[in-house]
Amino acid sequence: MNVVLTKKDLEKIEGCLGKIISSSSTPLSVLLIDRSGQLIAQKGDTPADLDVMSLAALTAANFGATAEIARLLGEEEFTLLFHKGKSENVYFSSVGEHTIMVTLFNDQTSLGVIRLKMNQIIGELGSIVSCIFEKGKTS
Amino acid sequence: MPFINFSKDEIQCKIVYYGPGFCGKTTNLQYIFSVTEEQTRGKMVSIDTKGDRTLFFDLLSMNLGKIRGMDIRVQLYTVPGQVHYDATRKLVLKGVDGVVFVADSLKVQRKKNIESLINLAKNLAEKGISIRAIPLVIQYNKRDLDESDSEILPLEILEKDLNSMLKVPSFSASAIKGHGIFETLREISKLVVKDVSRKIMFMDKQQARV
Repeated sequence: MNVVLTKKDLEKIEGCLGKIISSSSTPLSVLLIDRSGQLIAQKGDTPADLDVMSLAALTAANFGATAEIARLLGEEEFTLLFHKGKSENVYFSSVGEHTIMVTLFNDQTSLGVIRLKMNQIIGELGSIVSCIFEKGKTS
Repeated sequence: MPFINFSKDEIQCKIVYYGPGFCGKTTNLQYIFSVTEEQTRGKMVSIDTKGDRTLFFDLLSMNLGKIRGMDIRVQLYTVPGQVHYDATRKLVLKGVDGVVFVADSLKVQRKKNIESLINLAKNLAEKGISIRAIPLVIQYNKRDLDESDSEILPLEILEKDLNSMLKVPSFSASAIKGHGIFETLREISKLVVKDVSRKIMFMDKQQARV
């Protein structure tokens, strides 16, 4: 299986991620990564010095590890994770079975707002992503 | 599972360094990191314990240049070698495109090498990948110990133990001294790129048919 991202696919994904960014008045950065740790797309005010490749790999590992914890507890997986820092926060949410969305935001934005925005686009984003991965299965 | 991004003209691949505990997987990556120019590599990320044992993985991202006008970016991962970290190894193998099996040349590690290779085959099979089909290179590490009092296995024995069935390219190496490290990396990169190119060509043919 190989995953092929065409310009059109990426435009659709970035369009979706853009909806979260455009409706926010505070700095926000959104990344879509696959569960093996590869970066698919990013949108928003990602800090220039942020190593997004490492972030993608660590996110996939983090999600994988917590999925194992979930299984130990009899759950299929935890579909969202939240890490709170002094001023920076990260929200991880699974998008279908293949990808994870990472939202970086500061303490001016409330978690509730992020979750609300995510819920508004997650269905649309999920179907775009599953189309891409389905194509990969047949190639 | 390579990521072929036609929007950025970039192909992302994942290469995993596998092998028993303390065989030198992390040292391989550390050497590559230390001698590669900053423009061609990213930061090295390590999640290890105090005793220098890899707890989760090490990661090093590298640019390998272009094929057919597309940038090739590889992510080099290591796995924890200890037997009880099997769940972690399975996680790291997700989406793997190529494997470097690092074998420990020490005589006392002979059984551990074989066990680890069997474990690799099993974990790949669980993901629907045959060890005979995936790009694979074997590295016989710690050859520098030949000059010390430690007893090491002759290359013929290691080949017989680990490569008599697979018949994949193999290299003797000393990760700590940097011998054989880039030969191994070059070979696995070549095999992975060849495999990805074959997939792209196959896709081109399919598209031409449509």
